[in-house]
Amino acid sequence: MLRVENLTKSFGGVTAVSGVSFSVEKGTIQAVIGPNGAGKTTLFNLITGVYTPSSGSIVFEGSEIGGVAPERLAKRGISRTFQNLQISMNLSAIDNVMTGAHLGLNSGVLAGMLGLTTLGGRERATRIRAAELMEFVGCGRYIDAEARSMPYGALKRLEIARALMAEPRILFLDEPAAGLNHTETHEIEELIAELGASGITVVLVEHDMKLVMNVSDRIVVLDYGKKLAEGTPEEIRVNPDVVAAYLGAESEGV
Amino acid sequence: MTDVSSPPTLGRSSPDLAARALATAPAFRARHLPTLILVVVLAALPLVLPNAFYFDVAIRILANAVLAVALNLLIGYCGQISLGHAGFFGLGAYGSAILTTHWDWKAPTALVVSAAVVGLLAWLVARVILRLKGHYLAMATLGLGIIVTIVLTNEASLTGGPDGMSVGDFTAFGFRLYGERVWYWVFAGLLVVAVVLAGNLVESPAGRALRALHGSEVAARVVGIDTASFKTRVFVLSAVVAAIMGSLTAHYLGFITPQVASFHKSVELVTMVVVGGMASIWGSVFGAALLSLLPELLAKFEGFETIVFGLILVTTMIFLPRGIVPSIVARLTRKEG
Repeated sequence: MLRVENLTKSFGGVTAVSGVSFSVEKGTIQAVIGPNGAGKTTLFNLITGVYTPSSGSIVFEGSEIGGVAPERLAKRGISRTFQNLQISMNLSAIDNVMTGAHLGLNSGVLAGMLGLTTLGGRERATRIRAAELMEFVGCGRYIDAEARSMPYGALKRLEIARALMAEPRILFLDEPAAGLNHTETHEIEELIAELGASGITVVLVEHDMKLVMNVSDRIVVLDYGKKLAEGTPEEIRVNPDVVAAYLGAESEGV
Repeated sequence: MTDVSSPPTLGRSSPDLAARALATAPAFRARHLPTLILVVVLAALPLVLPNAFYFDVAIRILANAVLAVALNLLIGYCGQISLGHAGFFGLGAYGSAILTTHWDWKAPTALVVSAAVVGLLAWLVARVILRLKGHYLAMATLGLGIIVTIVLTNEASLTGGPDGMSVGDFTAFGFRLYGERVWYWVFAGLLVVAVVLAGNLVESPAGRALRALHGSEVAARVVGIDTASFKTRVFVLSAVVAAIMGSLTAHYLGFITPQVASFHKSVELVTMVVVGGMASIWGSVFGAALLSLLPELLAKFEGFETIVFGLILVTTMIFLPRGIVPSIVARLTRKEG
Protein backbone atom coordinates (compact mmCIF):
# COMPACT_ATOMS: atom_id res chain seq x y z
CA MET A 1 0.00 0.00 0.00
CA LEU A 2 2.80 2.39 0.95
CA ARG A 3 6.39 1.96 -0.11
CA VAL A 4 9.19 4.25 1.03
CA GLU A 5 12.47 3.93 -0.85
CA ASN A 6 15.81 5.51 -0.02
CA LEU A 7 14.07 8.45 1.57
CA THR A 8 16.42 11.25 2.63
CA LYS A 9 15.76 14.66 4.16
CA SER A 10 18.44 17.16 5.08
CA PHE A 11 17.98 20.47 6.83
CA GLY A 12 21.07 22.45 5.96
CA GLY A 13 23.92 20.30 7.20
CA VAL A 14 21.77 17.98 9.31
CA THR A 15 20.45 14.81 7.71
CA ALA A 16 17.33 13.96 9.70
CA VAL A 17 16.29 10.98 7.60
CA SER A 18 18.91 9.15 5.60
CA GLY A 19 18.17 6.48 2.97
CA VAL A 20 15.23 4.92 4.78
CA SER A 21 13.27 2.19 2.99
CA PHE A 22 10.30 0.18 4.19
CA SER A 23 6.81 -0.72 3.12
CA VAL A 24 3.44 -0.91 4.80
CA GLU A 25 0.96 -3.64 3.91
CA LYS A 26 -2.72 -2.79 3.58
CA GLY A 27 -4.70 -3.42 6.74
CA THR A 28 -1.71 -3.74 9.07
CA ILE A 29 -0.52 -1.72 12.01
CA GLN A 30 3.06 -0.60 11.60
CA ALA A 31 5.10 1.15 14.26
CA VAL A 32 8.12 3.38 13.78
CA ILE A 33 10.28 3.54 16.87
CA GLY A 34 13.64 4.98 17.77
CA PRO A 35 15.32 7.22 20.32
CA ASN A 36 14.54 10.94 20.42
CA GLY A 37 15.91 12.69 17.37
CA ALA A 38 16.02 9.49 15.33
CA GLY A 39 13.95 11.14 12.59
CA LYS A 40 10.55 9.55 13.25
CA THR A 41 8.50 12.71 13.10
CA THR A 42 10.49 13.96 10.11
CA LEU A 43 9.65 10.68 8.38
CA PHE A 44 5.95 11.27 9.12
CA ASN A 45 6.17 14.84 7.89
CA LEU A 46 7.75 13.62 4.65
CA ILE A 47 5.12 10.97 4.00
CA THR A 48 2.20 13.26 4.86
CA GLY A 49 3.47 16.09 2.66
CA VAL A 50 4.45 18.57 5.34
CA TYR A 51 8.08 18.36 4.16
CA THR A 52 9.45 17.76 0.68
CA PRO A 53 12.00 14.91 0.49
CA SER A 54 15.59 15.80 -0.44
CA SER A 55 15.76 12.52 -2.34
CA GLY A 56 14.14 9.11 -2.52
CA SER A 57 10.61 8.14 -3.27
CA ILE A 58 7.31 7.56 -1.49
CA VAL A 59 4.80 5.47 -3.41
CA PHE A 60 1.23 5.28 -2.15
CA GLU A 61 -1.19 2.96 -3.92
CA GLY A 62 0.95 2.93 -7.03
CA SER A 63 1.70 6.63 -7.40
CA GLU A 64 4.56 8.82 -6.25
CA ILE A 65 3.50 11.21 -3.47
CA GLY A 66 6.87 12.65 -2.40
CA GLY A 67 6.53 16.45 -2.14
CA VAL A 68 2.77 16.43 -2.77
CA ALA A 69 1.00 19.01 -0.55
CA PRO A 70 -0.92 17.67 2.49
CA GLU A 71 -4.25 19.05 1.23
CA ARG A 72 -3.86 16.93 -1.90
CA LEU A 73 -2.84 13.84 0.04
CA ALA A 74 -6.00 14.20 2.11
CA LYS A 75 -7.99 13.56 -1.07
CA ARG A 76 -6.14 10.27 -1.53
CA GLY A 77 -7.09 9.00 1.91
CA ILE A 78 -4.02 9.92 3.94
CA SER A 79 -4.70 11.40 7.35
CA ARG A 80 -2.67 11.99 10.49
CA THR A 81 -2.44 13.29 14.04
CA PHE A 82 0.35 15.36 15.53
CA GLN A 83 2.91 14.86 18.27
CA ASN A 84 2.35 18.38 19.57
CA LEU A 85 -1.40 18.93 19.50
CA GLN A 86 -2.73 20.73 16.45
CA ILE A 87 -6.25 21.48 17.60
CA SER A 88 -7.89 24.79 16.73
CA MET A 89 -8.58 26.26 20.15
CA ASN A 90 -10.80 28.93 18.63
CA LEU A 91 -13.28 26.23 17.58
CA SER A 92 -15.60 24.03 19.58
CA ALA A 93 -14.62 20.39 20.03
CA ILE A 94 -17.17 19.10 17.54
CA ASP A 95 -16.27 21.79 14.99
CA ASN A 96 -12.66 20.59 15.15
CA VAL A 97 -13.82 17.08 14.31
CA MET A 98 -16.13 18.38 11.59
CA THR A 99 -13.21 20.05 9.81
CA GLY A 100 -12.09 16.49 9.09
CA ALA A 101 -15.05 16.17 6.71
CA HIS A 102 -13.99 19.29 4.80
CA LEU A 103 -13.51 17.51 1.48
CA GLY A 104 -16.96 15.96 1.62
CA LEU A 105 -18.76 19.27 2.09
CA ASN A 106 -19.44 22.27 -0.13
CA SER A 107 -16.76 24.66 1.06
CA GLY A 108 -17.38 27.45 -1.45
CA VAL A 109 -17.07 30.94 0.01
CA LEU A 110 -19.94 32.34 -2.06
CA ALA A 111 -22.13 29.30 -1.41
CA GLY A 112 -21.36 29.73 2.28
CA MET A 113 -22.32 33.42 2.25
CA LEU A 114 -25.60 32.67 0.53
CA GLY A 115 -26.37 29.98 3.09
CA LEU A 116 -26.56 27.23 0.46
CA THR A 117 -24.25 24.82 2.27
CA THR A 118 -26.67 24.04 5.08
CA LEU A 119 -29.27 22.85 2.57
CA GLY A 120 -29.66 19.16 1.88
CA GLY A 121 -28.72 17.95 5.34
CA ARG A 122 -25.04 17.23 4.60
CA GLU A 123 -23.93 19.58 7.37
CA ARG A 124 -26.42 17.98 9.77
CA ALA A 125 -25.27 14.47 8.92
CA THR A 126 -21.64 15.55 9.33
CA ARG A 127 -22.37 16.94 12.78
CA ILE A 128 -24.00 13.68 13.88
CA ARG A 129 -21.14 11.63 12.42
CA ALA A 130 -18.62 13.83 14.27
CA ALA A 131 -20.42 13.14 17.55
CA GLU A 132 -20.38 9.39 16.83
CA LEU A 133 -16.65 9.46 16.21
CA MET A 134 -16.06 11.50 19.36
CA GLU A 135 -17.96 8.87 21.28
CA PHE A 136 -15.99 6.13 19.50
CA VAL A 137 -12.57 7.56 20.41
CA GLY A 138 -13.73 8.11 23.98
CA CYS A 139 -14.31 11.82 24.27
CA GLY A 140 -18.08 11.70 23.92
CA ARG A 141 -18.63 13.74 27.05
CA TYR A 142 -17.04 16.75 25.33
CA ILE A 143 -19.49 16.89 22.41
CA ASP A 144 -20.80 20.28 23.50
CA ALA A 145 -17.48 21.56 24.89
CA GLU A 146 -15.13 24.21 23.60
CA ALA A 147 -11.77 22.75 22.55
CA ARG A 148 -9.89 25.13 24.83
CA SER A 149 -11.69 23.80 27.90
CA MET A 150 -10.73 20.16 27.27
CA PRO A 151 -7.96 18.28 29.08
CA TYR A 152 -4.87 17.13 27.21
CA GLY A 153 -5.80 13.46 27.02
CA ALA A 154 -9.20 14.24 25.52
CA LEU A 155 -7.60 16.54 22.94
CA LYS A 156 -5.31 13.70 21.82
CA ARG A 157 -8.44 11.64 21.18
CA LEU A 158 -10.13 14.57 19.48
CA GLU A 159 -7.27 14.64 16.97
CA ILE A 160 -7.87 10.98 16.18
CA ALA A 161 -11.60 11.65 15.74
CA ARG A 162 -10.81 14.49 13.35
CA ALA A 163 -8.44 12.28 11.36
CA LEU A 164 -11.08 9.53 11.20
CA MET A 165 -13.71 12.01 10.05
CA ALA A 166 -11.77 12.24 6.78
CA GLU A 167 -12.38 8.48 6.32
CA PRO A 168 -8.70 7.76 5.73
CA ARG A 169 -7.37 4.59 4.12
CA ILE A 170 -4.08 5.09 5.93
CA LEU A 171 -3.79 6.84 9.26
CA PHE A 172 -0.55 8.18 10.73
CA LEU A 173 -0.53 8.60 14.50
CA ASP A 174 2.40 10.62 15.84
CA GLU A 175 2.93 9.62 19.48
CA PRO A 176 -0.74 9.01 20.33
CA ALA A 177 0.12 8.07 23.93
CA ALA A 178 2.64 10.83 24.66
CA GLY A 179 1.81 12.57 27.92
CA LEU A 180 -0.93 10.11 28.85
CA ASN A 181 -1.10 8.12 32.08
CA HIS A 182 -1.23 4.31 32.32
CA THR A 183 -4.99 3.94 32.06
CA GLU A 184 -5.25 6.40 29.19
CA THR A 185 -2.38 4.71 27.35
CA HIS A 186 -4.11 1.39 27.69
CA GLU A 187 -7.33 2.85 26.31
CA ILE A 188 -5.47 4.36 23.34
CA GLU A 189 -3.88 0.95 22.74
CA GLU A 190 -7.33 -0.65 22.56
CA LEU A 191 -8.50 2.13 20.26
CA ILE A 192 -5.58 1.58 17.87
CA ALA A 193 -6.20 -2.17 17.85
CA GLU A 194 -9.85 -1.48 17.03
CA LEU A 195 -8.84 0.84 14.17
CA GLY A 196 -6.57 -1.88 12.80
CA ALA A 197 -9.33 -4.45 13.09
CA SER A 198 -11.69 -2.19 11.14
CA GLY A 199 -9.37 -2.34 8.15
CA ILE A 200 -7.67 1.06 8.37
CA THR A 201 -3.95 0.83 7.78
CA VAL A 202 -2.25 2.44 10.76
CA VAL A 203 1.31 3.73 11.00
CA LEU A 204 2.34 5.02 14.41
CA VAL A 205 5.31 6.63 16.03
CA GLU A 206 5.34 5.84 19.73
CA HIS A 207 7.71 5.71 22.68
CA ASP A 208 5.57 3.48 24.87
CA MET A 209 7.13 0.07 24.14
CA LYS A 210 4.35 -1.91 25.74
CA LEU A 211 1.80 -0.29 23.47
CA VAL A 212 4.00 -0.73 20.39
CA MET A 213 4.73 -4.38 21.10
CA ASN A 214 1.06 -5.13 21.79
CA VAL A 215 -0.59 -3.53 18.77
CA SER A 216 1.98 -3.61 15.97
CA ASP A 217 2.12 -6.16 13.18
CA ARG A 218 5.53 -4.86 12.13
CA ILE A 219 8.04 -2.42 13.55
CA VAL A 220 10.63 -0.22 11.86
CA VAL A 221 13.46 1.01 14.10
CA LEU A 222 15.20 4.27 13.26
CA ASP A 223 18.43 5.53 14.78
CA TYR A 224 20.26 8.72 13.73
CA GLY A 225 18.00 8.97 10.71
CA LYS A 226 18.85 5.50 9.40
CA LYS A 227 16.84 2.31 9.49
CA LEU A 228 18.38 0.09 12.13
CA ALA A 229 16.02 -2.86 11.94
CA GLU A 230 12.63 -4.00 10.74
CA GLY A 231 10.47 -6.94 11.72
CA THR A 232 7.73 -8.33 13.88
CA PRO A 233 7.59 -7.30 17.54
CA GLU A 234 9.17 -10.64 18.50
CA GLU A 235 12.07 -10.11 16.11
CA ILE A 236 12.63 -6.55 17.24
CA ARG A 237 12.54 -7.51 20.90
CA VAL A 238 15.53 -9.81 20.48
CA ASN A 239 17.43 -7.85 17.81
CA PRO A 240 20.83 -7.09 19.39
CA ASP A 241 21.29 -3.81 17.45
CA VAL A 242 17.96 -2.52 18.66
CA VAL A 243 18.60 -3.59 22.23
CA ALA A 244 21.95 -1.80 22.17
CA ALA A 245 20.75 1.36 20.48
CA TYR A 246 17.40 1.83 22.04
CA LEU A 247 15.94 -0.55 24.52
CA GLY A 248 19.31 -0.91 26.24
CA ALA A 249 19.81 2.79 26.42
CA GLU A 250 16.34 3.21 27.84
CA SER A 251 16.76 0.59 30.52
CA GLU A 252 20.01 2.23 31.58
CA GLY A 253 18.15 5.46 32.06
CA VAL A 254 15.53 3.91 34.31
CA MET B 1 -19.26 6.08 3.22
CA THR B 2 -20.57 4.11 0.27
CA ASP B 3 -17.05 3.82 -1.18
CA VAL B 4 -16.18 0.13 -1.50
CA SER B 5 -12.56 0.62 -0.49
CA SER B 6 -13.41 2.59 2.65
CA PRO B 7 -13.33 0.78 5.98
CA PRO B 8 -16.47 -0.35 7.80
CA THR B 9 -18.20 2.38 9.76
CA LEU B 10 -16.55 3.11 13.07
CA GLY B 11 -18.59 3.93 16.11
CA ARG B 12 -22.29 3.49 16.68
CA SER B 13 -25.13 5.83 16.01
CA SER B 14 -27.85 6.44 18.54
CA PRO B 15 -30.75 8.89 18.71
CA ASP B 16 -29.37 10.29 21.94
CA LEU B 17 -25.98 10.97 20.36
CA ALA B 18 -27.61 12.58 17.33
CA ALA B 19 -29.68 14.83 19.57
CA ARG B 20 -26.60 15.90 21.51
CA ALA B 21 -24.75 16.55 18.26
CA LEU B 22 -27.52 18.66 16.78
CA ALA B 23 -27.79 20.68 19.98
CA THR B 24 -24.30 22.00 19.22
CA ALA B 25 -25.44 23.53 15.92
CA PRO B 26 -25.95 27.29 16.08
CA ALA B 27 -29.55 27.88 17.10
CA PHE B 28 -31.80 29.73 14.73
CA ARG B 29 -32.80 32.29 17.35
CA ALA B 30 -29.23 33.00 18.50
CA ARG B 31 -28.19 33.54 14.90
CA HIS B 32 -31.00 35.73 13.67
CA LEU B 33 -32.18 37.66 16.72
CA PRO B 34 -29.25 40.15 16.62
CA THR B 35 -29.90 40.73 12.91
CA LEU B 36 -33.54 41.44 13.66
CA ILE B 37 -32.54 43.90 16.39
CA LEU B 38 -30.16 45.62 13.96
CA VAL B 39 -32.95 45.96 11.39
CA VAL B 40 -35.30 47.45 13.98
CA VAL B 41 -32.66 49.89 15.24
CA LEU B 42 -31.71 50.96 11.72
CA ALA B 43 -35.37 51.40 10.78
CA ALA B 44 -36.14 53.45 13.90
CA LEU B 45 -33.01 55.60 13.85
CA PRO B 46 -34.20 58.15 11.23
CA LEU B 47 -37.11 59.00 13.56
CA VAL B 48 -34.75 60.25 16.24
CA LEU B 49 -31.92 61.75 14.17
CA PRO B 50 -32.60 65.50 14.35
CA ASN B 51 -30.72 66.84 11.32
CA ALA B 52 -28.46 66.17 8.36
CA PHE B 53 -25.33 66.28 10.52
CA TYR B 54 -26.46 63.27 12.54
CA PHE B 55 -27.49 61.44 9.39
CA ASP B 56 -23.97 62.05 8.09
CA VAL B 57 -22.47 60.58 11.27
CA ALA B 58 -24.80 57.57 11.00
CA ILE B 59 -23.81 57.02 7.37
CA ARG B 60 -20.11 57.10 8.24
CA ILE B 61 -20.73 54.52 10.97
CA LEU B 62 -22.67 52.28 8.59
CA ALA B 63 -19.99 52.50 5.89
CA ASN B 64 -17.23 51.74 8.39
CA ALA B 65 -19.26 48.86 9.83
CA VAL B 66 -19.57 47.18 6.42
CA LEU B 67 -15.82 47.63 5.86
CA ALA B 68 -15.00 46.27 9.32
CA VAL B 69 -17.26 43.23 8.94
CA ALA B 70 -15.53 42.29 5.67
CA LEU B 71 -12.08 43.01 7.08
CA ASN B 72 -12.86 40.90 10.15
CA LEU B 73 -13.36 37.86 7.92
CA LEU B 74 -9.72 38.30 6.94
CA ILE B 75 -8.26 39.34 10.32
CA GLY B 76 -10.46 37.55 12.82
CA TYR B 77 -11.27 34.39 10.92
CA CYS B 78 -8.28 33.91 8.58
CA GLY B 79 -5.71 35.41 10.96
CA GLN B 80 -4.23 37.62 8.24
CA ILE B 81 -3.74 41.36 8.66
CA SER B 82 -4.23 43.88 5.90
CA LEU B 83 -2.78 47.34 6.56
CA GLY B 84 -3.80 48.59 3.14
CA HIS B 85 -7.54 48.27 3.06
CA ALA B 86 -7.95 52.03 2.75
CA GLY B 87 -5.93 51.63 -0.45
CA PHE B 88 -8.62 49.36 -1.90
CA PHE B 89 -11.27 51.73 -0.58
CA GLY B 90 -9.46 54.63 -2.25
CA LEU B 91 -9.07 52.76 -5.53
CA GLY B 92 -12.80 52.07 -5.56
CA ALA B 93 -13.57 55.70 -4.74
CA TYR B 94 -11.24 57.14 -7.38
CA GLY B 95 -12.16 54.45 -9.90
CA SER B 96 -15.78 55.54 -9.74
CA ALA B 97 -14.85 59.22 -9.61
CA ILE B 98 -12.54 59.11 -12.63
CA LEU B 99 -14.66 56.82 -14.77
CA THR B 100 -17.86 58.81 -14.21
CA THR B 101 -16.41 62.33 -14.53
CA HIS B 102 -13.60 61.97 -17.12
CA TRP B 103 -15.15 59.22 -19.24
CA ASP B 104 -18.83 59.73 -18.56
CA TRP B 105 -19.36 56.11 -17.56
CA LYS B 106 -22.57 55.17 -15.85
CA ALA B 107 -22.16 55.01 -12.08
CA PRO B 108 -23.10 51.30 -11.68
CA THR B 109 -20.72 50.27 -14.48
CA ALA B 110 -17.92 52.31 -12.96
CA LEU B 111 -18.58 50.73 -9.56
CA VAL B 112 -18.53 47.18 -10.92
CA VAL B 113 -15.43 47.74 -13.06
CA SER B 114 -13.53 49.43 -10.20
CA ALA B 115 -14.44 46.58 -7.85
CA ALA B 116 -13.38 43.98 -10.43
CA VAL B 117 -10.03 45.69 -11.02
CA VAL B 118 -9.41 45.93 -7.26
CA GLY B 119 -10.37 42.26 -6.93
CA LEU B 120 -7.85 41.33 -9.61
CA LEU B 121 -5.15 43.45 -7.96
CA ALA B 122 -5.87 41.87 -4.56
CA TRP B 123 -5.77 38.41 -6.12
CA LEU B 124 -2.37 39.09 -7.70
CA VAL B 125 -0.96 40.41 -4.40
CA ALA B 126 -2.43 37.49 -2.44
CA ARG B 127 -1.20 34.85 -4.86
CA VAL B 128 2.36 35.98 -4.39
CA ILE B 129 2.22 36.79 -0.69
CA LEU B 130 -0.13 34.34 0.99
CA ARG B 131 2.02 31.33 0.20
CA LEU B 132 4.53 32.71 2.65
CA LYS B 133 4.04 32.35 6.37
CA GLY B 134 3.81 35.11 8.94
CA HIS B 135 2.91 38.73 8.53
CA TYR B 136 4.08 39.24 4.96
CA LEU B 137 0.57 40.17 3.95
CA ALA B 138 0.58 43.02 6.48
CA MET B 139 3.85 44.32 5.03
CA ALA B 140 2.77 43.94 1.40
CA THR B 141 -0.60 45.61 1.96
CA LEU B 142 1.08 48.41 3.92
CA GLY B 143 3.30 49.07 0.90
CA LEU B 144 0.40 48.76 -1.50
CA GLY B 145 -1.69 51.27 0.47
CA ILE B 146 1.15 53.78 0.48
CA ILE B 147 1.70 53.35 -3.26
CA VAL B 148 -2.00 53.97 -3.89
CA THR B 149 -1.87 57.21 -1.85
CA ILE B 150 1.23 58.39 -3.72
CA VAL B 151 -0.27 57.63 -7.13
CA LEU B 152 -3.55 59.35 -6.25
CA THR B 153 -1.63 62.41 -5.02
CA ASN B 154 0.75 62.65 -7.98
CA GLU B 155 -1.50 61.84 -10.94
CA ALA B 156 -3.05 65.27 -10.62
CA SER B 157 -4.36 65.38 -14.22
CA LEU B 158 -6.68 62.46 -13.44
CA THR B 159 -7.23 62.74 -9.70
CA GLY B 160 -6.87 66.43 -9.01
CA GLY B 161 -3.84 65.66 -6.84
CA PRO B 162 -3.85 66.54 -3.15
CA ASP B 163 -6.69 69.01 -3.71
CA GLY B 164 -9.02 66.13 -4.56
CA MET B 165 -11.78 65.90 -7.13
CA SER B 166 -15.53 66.13 -7.19
CA VAL B 167 -17.77 63.18 -7.96
CA GLY B 168 -21.27 63.28 -9.47
CA ASP B 169 -24.39 61.72 -8.01
CA PHE B 170 -25.03 58.01 -8.26
CA THR B 171 -27.68 57.62 -10.93
CA ALA B 172 -28.95 54.28 -12.15
CA PHE B 173 -32.09 53.09 -13.89
CA GLY B 174 -33.70 56.50 -13.60
CA PHE B 175 -33.01 56.77 -9.86
CA ARG B 176 -30.73 59.37 -8.40
CA LEU B 177 -29.24 58.83 -4.95
CA TYR B 178 -29.10 62.21 -3.35
CA GLY B 179 -29.24 63.60 0.16
CA GLU B 180 -28.37 62.12 3.54
CA ARG B 181 -31.73 60.43 4.07
CA VAL B 182 -31.58 58.42 0.87
CA TRP B 183 -27.97 57.47 1.38
CA TYR B 184 -28.77 56.43 4.93
CA TRP B 185 -31.14 53.75 3.64
CA VAL B 186 -28.60 52.57 1.07
CA PHE B 187 -25.84 52.09 3.63
CA ALA B 188 -28.22 50.66 6.23
CA GLY B 189 -29.39 48.09 3.69
CA LEU B 190 -25.81 47.23 2.80
CA LEU B 191 -24.90 46.68 6.45
CA VAL B 192 -27.82 44.29 6.94
CA VAL B 193 -26.81 42.39 3.79
CA ALA B 194 -23.17 42.32 4.91
CA VAL B 195 -24.05 41.03 8.37
CA VAL B 196 -26.34 38.30 7.00
CA LEU B 197 -23.83 37.15 4.36
CA ALA B 198 -20.91 37.20 6.79
CA GLY B 199 -22.98 35.34 9.40
CA ASN B 200 -23.86 32.65 6.86
CA LEU B 201 -20.25 32.32 5.78
CA VAL B 202 -18.96 31.94 9.31
CA GLU B 203 -21.39 29.10 10.01
CA SER B 204 -20.70 27.33 6.71
CA PRO B 205 -18.02 24.69 6.05
CA ALA B 206 -15.93 27.45 4.45
CA GLY B 207 -16.14 29.51 7.65
CA ARG B 208 -15.17 26.51 9.73
CA ALA B 209 -12.22 25.96 7.42
CA LEU B 210 -11.15 29.58 7.89
CA ARG B 211 -11.25 29.34 11.67
CA ALA B 212 -9.47 25.99 11.52
CA LEU B 213 -6.62 27.34 9.41
CA HIS B 214 -6.29 30.26 11.82
CA GLY B 215 -6.07 27.81 14.72
CA SER B 216 -3.64 25.37 13.12
CA GLU B 217 -2.58 25.73 9.53
CA VAL B 218 -0.87 22.35 9.27
CA ALA B 219 -3.84 20.50 10.78
CA ALA B 220 -6.15 22.30 8.37
CA ARG B 221 -4.04 21.27 5.39
CA VAL B 222 -3.89 17.66 6.53
CA VAL B 223 -7.70 17.39 6.43
CA GLY B 224 -7.68 18.80 2.91
CA ILE B 225 -8.23 22.52 3.47
CA ASP B 226 -6.38 24.46 0.77
CA THR B 227 -5.26 27.20 3.14
CA ALA B 228 -3.57 29.42 0.55
CA SER B 229 -6.68 29.36 -1.61
CA PHE B 230 -8.99 30.21 1.31
CA LYS B 231 -6.83 33.11 2.44
CA THR B 232 -6.67 34.42 -1.12
CA ARG B 233 -10.42 34.21 -1.61
CA VAL B 234 -11.21 35.99 1.66
CA PHE B 235 -8.57 38.66 0.99
CA VAL B 236 -10.06 39.32 -2.45
CA LEU B 237 -13.57 39.33 -0.98
CA SER B 238 -12.69 41.92 1.66
CA ALA B 239 -10.81 44.05 -0.89
CA VAL B 240 -13.78 44.01 -3.28
CA VAL B 241 -16.13 45.02 -0.45
CA ALA B 242 -13.74 47.89 0.37
CA ALA B 243 -13.74 48.99 -3.27
CA ILE B 244 -17.55 48.92 -3.51
CA MET B 245 -17.85 50.93 -0.29
CA GLY B 246 -15.22 53.33 -1.66
CA SER B 247 -17.23 53.89 -4.84
CA LEU B 248 -20.48 54.50 -2.96
CA THR B 249 -18.81 56.74 -0.38
CA ALA B 250 -17.28 58.83 -3.18
CA HIS B 251 -20.74 59.36 -4.72
CA TYR B 252 -22.20 60.14 -1.32
CA LEU B 253 -19.51 62.64 -0.32
CA GLY B 254 -19.42 64.24 -3.77
CA PHE B 255 -15.81 65.18 -3.20
CA ILE B 256 -12.77 63.03 -2.40
CA THR B 257 -9.09 63.59 -1.64
CA PRO B 258 -6.22 61.05 -1.43
CA GLN B 259 -6.91 61.07 2.33
CA VAL B 260 -9.61 58.42 1.74
CA ALA B 261 -6.80 55.96 0.96
CA SER B 262 -4.48 57.06 3.75
CA PHE B 263 -2.54 54.72 6.02
CA HIS B 264 -4.36 56.34 8.93
CA LYS B 265 -7.70 55.12 7.54
CA SER B 266 -6.30 51.57 7.14
CA VAL B 267 -5.15 51.50 10.75
CA GLU B 268 -8.50 52.88 11.84
CA LEU B 269 -10.28 49.97 10.12
CA VAL B 270 -7.98 47.39 11.73
CA THR B 271 -8.56 49.08 15.11
CA MET B 272 -12.34 48.82 14.67
CA VAL B 273 -11.99 45.08 14.12
CA VAL B 274 -9.60 44.50 17.00
CA VAL B 275 -11.35 46.72 19.57
CA GLY B 276 -14.80 45.42 18.64
CA GLY B 277 -13.59 41.85 18.77
CA MET B 278 -11.78 39.62 16.31
CA ALA B 279 -13.82 36.79 14.84
CA SER B 280 -17.00 38.54 15.95
CA ILE B 281 -19.24 40.07 13.31
CA TRP B 282 -21.20 42.05 15.88
CA GLY B 283 -17.91 43.15 17.40
CA SER B 284 -17.00 44.76 14.08
CA VAL B 285 -20.31 46.59 13.89
CA PHE B 286 -19.82 47.80 17.46
CA GLY B 287 -16.16 48.68 16.90
CA ALA B 288 -17.05 50.69 13.81
CA ALA B 289 -19.75 52.57 15.70
CA LEU B 290 -17.46 53.27 18.65
CA LEU B 291 -14.47 54.43 16.62
CA SER B 292 -16.60 56.55 14.32
CA LEU B 293 -18.45 58.18 17.23
CA LEU B 294 -15.55 58.72 19.62
CA PRO B 295 -13.93 61.57 17.67
CA GLU B 296 -17.33 63.36 17.62
CA LEU B 297 -17.96 62.76 21.32
CA LEU B 298 -14.43 63.75 22.27
CA ALA B 299 -14.51 66.98 20.30
CA LYS B 300 -15.08 68.93 23.49
CA PHE B 301 -11.67 67.85 24.80
CA GLU B 302 -10.25 69.91 21.94
CA GLY B 303 -6.47 69.49 21.83
CA PHE B 304 -6.57 66.41 24.03
CA GLU B 305 -9.01 64.33 21.99
CA THR B 306 -6.30 62.19 20.41
CA ILE B 307 -4.84 61.42 23.84
CA VAL B 308 -8.24 60.51 25.30
CA PHE B 309 -8.96 58.44 22.19
CA GLY B 310 -5.70 56.55 22.64
CA LEU B 311 -6.34 56.05 26.36
CA ILE B 312 -9.75 54.52 25.69
CA LEU B 313 -8.28 52.10 23.15
CA VAL B 314 -5.39 51.07 25.40
CA THR B 315 -7.70 50.56 28.39
CA THR B 316 -10.08 48.49 26.30
CA MET B 317 -7.31 46.23 25.07
CA ILE B 318 -5.89 45.77 28.57
CA PHE B 319 -9.20 44.90 30.25
CA LEU B 320 -11.02 43.33 27.32
CA PRO B 321 -8.20 41.75 25.31
CA ARG B 322 -10.51 39.64 23.15
CA GLY B 323 -12.34 42.77 22.07
CA ILE B 324 -15.40 44.40 23.53
CA VAL B 325 -18.23 42.23 22.20
CA PRO B 326 -16.65 38.75 22.66
CA SER B 327 -15.47 39.67 26.19
CA ILE B 328 -18.93 40.84 27.22
CA VAL B 329 -20.64 37.83 25.63
CA ALA B 330 -18.21 35.49 27.42
CA ARG B 331 -18.93 37.19 30.73
CA LEU B 332 -22.70 37.01 30.27
CA THR B 333 -22.78 33.35 29.19
CA ARG B 334 -20.54 32.37 32.10
CA LYS B 335 -23.01 33.90 34.55
CA GLU B 336 -25.90 32.03 32.98
CA GLY B 337 -24.02 28.72 33.13
